[in-house]
Amino acid sequence: MTRSLHTRTTWTPRSTETAVHALLRAIVEPGFFADGAVQTAAALGGVVAVVAGLIGVFTVIRSQAFAGHALSDIGSAGGSSAYLVGLAPLWGFVGISVLAAAAMERIGVQRARGRDVATGIVLGVGFALASLFLYLGMTYHNGSGEIPTILFGSVFTLSAAELPLVIGLGAVALLVALTLYRPLLLASVSPELAAARGVRVRLVGAAYLLALAITVALCDLTIGAILSTALLVGPAAAALRLTSRPHRAALLAAAISLACTWLGLLLAWDSFYWPPLRHGWPVSFFIVTLVLIVYLAAGALARGRRLRG
Amino acid sequence: MVNAWVVASLAAVVGGAVGFFVVMRGASFVAHAIPNGSFAGAAGATLIGSSTLAGLGLFSVAGALGIGLLGRRGRRDVATALMLVFMLGLGALFLSFSAENSEAAYSLLFGEVLGISANEIAPTLALSALGLLVLALLWRPLLLDSVLPGRSSGRRALAIDLAFLLLVAITTTMTVPVVGTTLIFTLMIAPAAAARALTARPGFALALSALLALVTVWAAIALSYTTNWPVGFFVGAFGASAYAASRVVAWSRDRRSVQAQ
Repeated sequence: MTRSLHTRTTWTPRSTETAVHALLRAIVEPGFFADGAVQTAAALGGVVAVVAGLIGVFTVIRSQAFAGHALSDIGSAGGSSAYLVGLAPLWGFVGISVLAAAAMERIGVQRARGRDVATGIVLGVGFALASLFLYLGMTYHNGSGEIPTILFGSVFTLSAAELPLVIGLGAVALLVALTLYRPLLLASVSPELAAARGVRVRLVGAAYLLALAITVALCDLTIGAILSTALLVGPAAAALRLTSRPHRAALLAAAISLACTWLGLLLAWDSFYWPPLRHGWPVSFFIVTLVLIVYLAAGALARGRRLRG
Repeated sequence: MVNAWVVASLAAVVGGAVGFFVVMRGASFVAHAIPNGSFAGAAGATLIGSSTLAGLGLFSVAGALGIGLLGRRGRRDVATALMLVFMLGLGALFLSFSAENSEAAYSLLFGEVLGISANEIAPTLALSALGLLVLALLWRPLLLDSVLPGRSSGRRALAIDLAFLLLVAITTTMTVPVVGTTLIFTLMIAPAAAARALTARPGFALALSALLALVTVWAAIALSYTTNWPVGFFVGAFGASAYAASRVVAWSRDRRSVQAQ
């Protein structure tokens, strides 16, 4: 991710500088908080990270990590097709994700046994379409430069105008999850018990899949397909290793997700001065690595706690 | 053209055969994660100027071991997802260091089956022989463990699981450079799922899966050659059609047997 567009103000030292300031300056390269692109990225990335963390708890409890990832990969097909017909990518992402979620639900994502294959088949079709759309895009629009952006996202290229839309879609996803909170939780932990209690398990599952599709489309658009899966699955899985209470896990997951995103942005900003020079390292690399570290640390912490009794 | 045909046929047979176990074990996510993640290996190999095959092999084996070991504690799908995104994150890093070349990225992801040269046949042949040999040696324990998971326990279960993951890694290494990460995933899932819907006998299902994969690839190459559209599109479309058709056949067969009673 080149950041040659942003010119950095050179920092001028002052005599009254304390050791704390010097340390802070070493961690946070100057200009981080003042840069417009960073502010937008931090705001958009923050909203998306919180939504992904909250929704992700149900994804992990329901063992639908594959479905979540597949939806994000299929969303790239939607993004590339929207670009082909000249629509805003957002509607391609959302439209295809919701369609794919409906197809998965139809083939049998609800049954544990059929879920894996259903997801795989739908993902295969998504890939087929993605390869076709990208091919057509490269042939007729000569726009192959879009591929890395679609695949790996680029938080730094977002515009602040997208913020209301992102917040709106995130709110819809959270609203669905919140409305269904109790029946969804019961249906996720024990479908049989939920059915006996009169919960319409299939309907609840389908509604949740819709919320997941919207979340994933949102993540795809703002932070890219890789980070979409990382933030959906990693923080939630780490939180569930630390606490078994669902609402506490959801809050913890949102906090971890937000922390990883912001720290990742900061490191990406700092990496501008790392070798190879004048070329920032990709944000997705930092956020993914942080998420993995938190997940491993949570595992070690939980094991240590169990050993101590 | 003949090269493409030979190499893609090998990929189809091995992919279809290994795919039988992928579907039996419910390991579609792994079959997606290892090829997709190994993309980072190819990107890294390009960066330091070593052979793509070595990079793919290294990353697919590392990914397989990572998923196997990380998945022992905690949830398998979470371990797979995190391993996948970590490898993709590394791939993004490598790509950003090299001169960004999205044409190369495209051909790695979706394959370039019609551009295969003759010197790619020998390594593909060797690796597919290795894959089929491992499959034959592990046939009984792997089948037992897939049908009745949890029967073998502890170290033995881990060994079987790792062997299976390495099998997926071998398949990945040999097929990704020629057919792309996405195509091999479809070849491992769709024909095997269709075969399983049609027959319950394991040996027959495996052979049928390999055969379906072979037919899919042949038809896809022929159509891609005439229309110039990407091979991956046709493989995906045919794979899904084969699965849908097999579900219809299985469904009508069930209905007839119910009516006969």
